[in-house]
Amino acid sequence: MIAEAGHYALVLALALSLIQSTVPIAGARWGDAALMNVARSTALAQLLFVAVSCTALVMLHVSSDFSVANVFENSHSTKPLLYKITGVWGNHEGSMLLWVAILALFGGLVAAFGNNLPLSLRAHVLAVQGWIAAAFYLFILMTSNPFLRIATPPIEGRDLNPVLQDIGLAVHPPMLYLGYVGFSISFSFAVAALMEGRIDAAWARWVRPWTLVAWIFLTLGIAMGSYWAYYELGWGGWWFWDPVENASLMPWLAGTALLHSAVVMEKRNALKVWTILLSILTFSLSLLGTFLVRSGVLTSVHAFATDPTRGVFILLILCFFIGGSLTLYAWRASTLKQGGLFAPISREGALVLNNLFLTTACATVFVGTLYPLALEVLTGDKISVGAPFFNLTFGPLFVPLMMAMSFGPLLAWKRGDLLGAAQRLTAAGIAALVAIAVAYAWTYGGSTFAPLAIGLAIFVIAGAMCDLAERTALFRAPFATAMQRARGLPRATWGTAFAHAGVGVALIGIVCETTWNSEYIGTLKPNEVARVAGYELKLDGVTQRQGPNYREMIAQFTVRLDGEKLSVMTPSKRNFTTRGSSTTEAALLTRGASQLYISLGESTNEGAVAVRIYHKPLVLLIWWGPVLMAFGGMLSLSDRRLRVGAPKPAKASRALQAAE
Amino acid sequence: MTRKQRRLTMIGGSLAVLAVAAALVLNAMRDSIVFFSTPSMAAEKQIPAGKRFRLGGLVQPGSLVRGDNLAVNFSVADGSAVLPVAYKGILPDLFREGQGVVAEGAIDASGVFRADTVLAKHDETYMPKDVADALKKQGHWKDDYGAKPSASAAPMQGAPK
Repeated sequence: MIAEAGHYALVLALALSLIQSTVPIAGARWGDAALMNVARSTALAQLLFVAVSCTALVMLHVSSDFSVANVFENSHSTKPLLYKITGVWGNHEGSMLLWVAILALFGGLVAAFGNNLPLSLRAHVLAVQGWIAAAFYLFILMTSNPFLRIATPPIEGRDLNPVLQDIGLAVHPPMLYLGYVGFSISFSFAVAALMEGRIDAAWARWVRPWTLVAWIFLTLGIAMGSYWAYYELGWGGWWFWDPVENASLMPWLAGTALLHSAVVMEKRNALKVWTILLSILTFSLSLLGTFLVRSGVLTSVHAFATDPTRGVFILLILCFFIGGSLTLYAWRASTLKQGGLFAPISREGALVLNNLFLTTACATVFVGTLYPLALEVLTGDKISVGAPFFNLTFGPLFVPLMMAMSFGPLLAWKRGDLLGAAQRLTAAGIAALVAIAVAYAWTYGGSTFAPLAIGLAIFVIAGAMCDLAERTALFRAPFATAMQRARGLPRATWGTAFAHAGVGVALIGIVCETTWNSEYIGTLKPNEVARVAGYELKLDGVTQRQGPNYREMIAQFTVRLDGEKLSVMTPSKRNFTTRGSSTTEAALLTRGASQLYISLGESTNEGAVAVRIYHKPLVLLIWWGPVLMAFGGMLSLSDRRLRVGAPKPAKASRALQAAE
Repeated sequence: MTRKQRRLTMIGGSLAVLAVAAALVLNAMRDSIVFFSTPSMAAEKQIPAGKRFRLGGLVQPGSLVRGDNLAVNFSVADGSAVLPVAYKGILPDLFREGQGVVAEGAIDASGVFRADTVLAKHDETYMPKDVADALKKQGHWKDDYGAKPSASAAPMQGAPK
């Protein structure tokens, strides 16, 4: 009954999305406010029905109703409640349902909070959302229905992939989807602007907060996924340049570029056509990511299913939306009014540079990710493009970007003073040189590249602080005045500083982890000691334990530093009987921003166990960086200017523009 | 600067960055791309020693020998050729004899494939796609290698995801 209700709710949502995608546009053509307002009510109703559908699937999973194929294949009655709930999106069908649910959520938010949007713009935006939603409802209902029943219900389910039975599954996919799908809003706004043939600075003001929300979630989602891979896969790696990771990185790079170009558009009414293109590209890359992950052309942890019909269907959706929007862009972009003028050395110029490097970096990732697929289709040769390729292309492009990053905020709009900015960055430059010298002396004889990279990171962080110090007149004015000015600064300025510093922080973590990582790989017998980076780890013993749906082998290590006992670490290896597969649960010991990492291999007959022990210096900075970036994003989002909402463009000017 | 000069500066700058990026990509393509081979393809192509590639096939039953200090030797077979593989480290959770494996490394002077990464299937019904395709091509595909990963069978590799 619940399954049928969920299925039916999804069909109703499809019907609503079809209405939402047509009626408001007709209303906008005829200037009929009532028809345009249909968009709002259908978007809200759609959200309601998708929510019903999701709730139904969650209830089926929680109650272990194995007569539903999706529950049978991905659940087990002994599975803990948390994983019964998160297991809903730990499979292809459920994750697509989550995808449309988040799409409906964003549509509903625009409908609910878009009261200050011009009526026809809102109608168009929601109509485009309706098209996307309709395509994905059709996809789910035709190829990936999560509510299918099994004729003869089995007694027990097949359990969820053990790797996914982790708290990470509760956080990573929803976050990532909030990011991916959130970019659909800026896409819809862009397509709506092209359809209306009108775009102004106010448009950018509406788009910016939505893009920012999506970007914050995508940043956190990617960081969370990276940390999850780090502790769950047992290899201590946090980024593999796996195609699926690249699929999430590409929208992030394009989205970051979009965030910055939208600033130019809002402040200076320039780069309009480019901002529209970026909005389209960002969501197109999100769709591409969905295609790569969901179609089964790639094999990875994320590829739940390989069913050709699904791949073809998503490919059609992909072609329709990317091809359609780009055609519309080619056709209509010339009708949009060109923006203002600015000198190359200016805030706008710096932001253009940022866009240039980010999109180019994105393009290299695109090439590296899709080239193997294209080559296999064309010649049948199988190749793999791994980390070396990306280190050689992506890395060099990020260096000038990060160098320019400190200068950007210090340049004035329209016409900047590079020399003046450089003078104000003197302190940051000195800090960077000191950092290079210290890092070089400390690791004398080691890598020369790493100290330079650390210097760059310090330059970025100190540059962000210089910017703040400059704006608050810290050290120049009395402290109280500076504090007062700090309070008076727009939140967006603080946001910029935090986000930029976050990039530097992440870079320090990346450099330290990759350069000064030390490891011990070998077999240990009880009471034997392994030494890594000054730490002594003694294997106390190995015990067996029975978990809810697995058996576990736990090794206990006592960690000592300089003979003093620090802590006990208990890595384990879990064997899931239902699936006959095992997972490695690494043990982590955090020391400041550094971590000790132990994961277990196979055990031998003599009671010895293979272990992998890593000491990863400052590894946590890799994830604190993105958290800082996201925090900066949130500060920007809370800026009064964005919260209050964009002012309505004056009636007169609108009439003028429409006449163009 | 006139509007035209500014536009030219912009376009010139963009082209310069794109050219640099293209050069980086082409350079990286030449050096850091790894081809996939099965043992018979490797024998056929006479892959020179020291050239990195990905070796895929089935772990030959009975060939797994564990040495001291995590050294492992096994053979990868694809029905018509066999290539011995040496690896040092911890094998993926579900590395098993008779099942699919992908190893990355290079052949050394003595003709042994020295792997620095070993990826194994992670599910009863899953076989690395590269291996399955190659075996199918050579007609060694047996249906019992897992009729088809079922919807839930989240295929995965042991090492890099």
